[in-house]
Amino acid sequence: MDLASLLQFLASGLTVGSTYGLAALGFTIIFNTTGIINFAQGEFVMLGGILAVVFMHWLDPGLPAAILLAVVATTLVGLLMERLTIRPVRNASAINLIIVTIGVSITIRGLVMLFWGKDTYVLPAFSGMAPIHLLGATIIPQSLWILGIAVVVLALLKGFFSRTIFGRAMLACSFEPRAARLVGISVERMVMASFMLSAFVGAVGGVILTPLTMTSYDVGVLLGMKGFAACILGGLGNPFGAAAGGLILGILEAFGAGLVSSAYKDAIAFVVILGILLWKPSGLFGVPDTERV
Amino acid sequence: MLILKNVDIFYSRVHAVRRVSLHVNQGEIVALIGGNGAGKTTLLTTISGLLRSSGGSLHFDGQDITRLRPEHIVAAGISQVPERRLVFKPMSVEDNLLLGAYQRRGLKMRNQIQQEIRQVYEMFPVLGQRRKQSAGTLSGGEQQMLAIGRALMAKPRMLLLDEPGMGLAPALSQMIFRHVVELRDAFGLTVLLVEQNAKCALRIANRGYVMETGRIILQGSSEELQLNRDVQRAYLGREVEQQ
Repeated sequence: MDLASLLQFLASGLTVGSTYGLAALGFTIIFNTTGIINFAQGEFVMLGGILAVVFMHWLDPGLPAAILLAVVATTLVGLLMERLTIRPVRNASAINLIIVTIGVSITIRGLVMLFWGKDTYVLPAFSGMAPIHLLGATIIPQSLWILGIAVVVLALLKGFFSRTIFGRAMLACSFEPRAARLVGISVERMVMASFMLSAFVGAVGGVILTPLTMTSYDVGVLLGMKGFAACILGGLGNPFGAAAGGLILGILEAFGAGLVSSAYKDAIAFVVILGILLWKPSGLFGVPDTERV
Repeated sequence: MLILKNVDIFYSRVHAVRRVSLHVNQGEIVALIGGNGAGKTTLLTTISGLLRSSGGSLHFDGQDITRLRPEHIVAAGISQVPERRLVFKPMSVEDNLLLGAYQRRGLKMRNQIQQEIRQVYEMFPVLGQRRKQSAGTLSGGEQQMLAIGRALMAKPRMLLLDEPGMGLAPALSQMIFRHVVELRDAFGLTVLLVEQNAKCALRIANRGYVMETGRIILQGSSEELQLNRDVQRAYLGREVEQQ
């Protein structure tokens, strides 16, 4: 393998990997406040992309405004999801809530198919399609946007969780929910905020990915699964593990597709999940549950 | 200050607390003693609003708190130091204290909260030395201090303490109890103290209630309870002398 193709695989792996990482972050945020896996996370990613296309055609406000509207609308979907489907049954067991999220994901997918059909849509690239050549590898500008925005979102989330009292309170809910309520943190409000935040992160991922890979009503299924695989890879509950897991998964896929066969590209994620679960169930960056008594 | 009247609590279909009435006056330390499963923790959980009573009423400072949500009860001035301390283990000591003041968050409060954190460090110097360390690395006694400090950060007028001496060496647990008295004397805090270790609890309390299987079976001043034969036999581990 020469340097050019190495770079090429690396670039496309990092690009796709950042969107897996964003989806994985969405899983992590909700898991941390509620202890459930939100299987509608992929639908947030899909909604981000498809709503941006819809707003472009419907209102024609220009690309940045359409993107903003799509992200805001998806965040509201996250809010509605929590309000209408999670809060009414919040005392149910985690497994029941997880099944609720699967129901929500099927519903969102169905509604999108009803309104906008099964067509594939595309969004214009943020700054043209003229490729950049670098040491023999070809990188399209959208890849740089994806990487850049993913890094910015990650940095903002890090700041949010470690610097703001609201972010710390969200973490506190995951560490010790009973104590969180005793210091006056409204766990209900934090759960709502976590759904909005992960819908936001998912939508951003969807919007930046759509110019590159196109979108349709069912892209969320696979993206959600990849994001989940990234979570398991990085260690469930660890935001930076999730982001790193996404990047690693993206790179593995790119190299797998390039060196073995692109037919197996999607299988790689699931082989990775199986391998990790057998070899290190707490994930690469996870810490096994131990407690000092 | 705190008045409970005929409180009934069901905890997952078990009638855990039956028609309990008790009161705590301003500036008092009141001990609630009794064995495992007597309903003491359930009662504290309900006062803090994490459980709802199914009958009776709870009043704090004249305000009906029977149906208030936990965050409003903290805002009303009741803080709880929970059983097993429940510090936020992966977070730093300082962040734990900061979250204690969550109810009073806001830009204008920042300086005052920082100053109060320093006051907690003055009271518990070891917390100050370990302020950047994660709370999970602290010893049991230090975690108890942190849990008390965190509760104080909400600026409560009343403190509910659930088994502060649990799992601590006797000397440490006595030190914690001394701090409780100090808090009452220095800040006029009112304290409701739940303990299985009746000896220690009654030593610092003004009055006490004895709970058994969800009911209050005895009440009185600490001296009376310490001299009561049933209490001695059941909770103080003293054999009644032959007469």
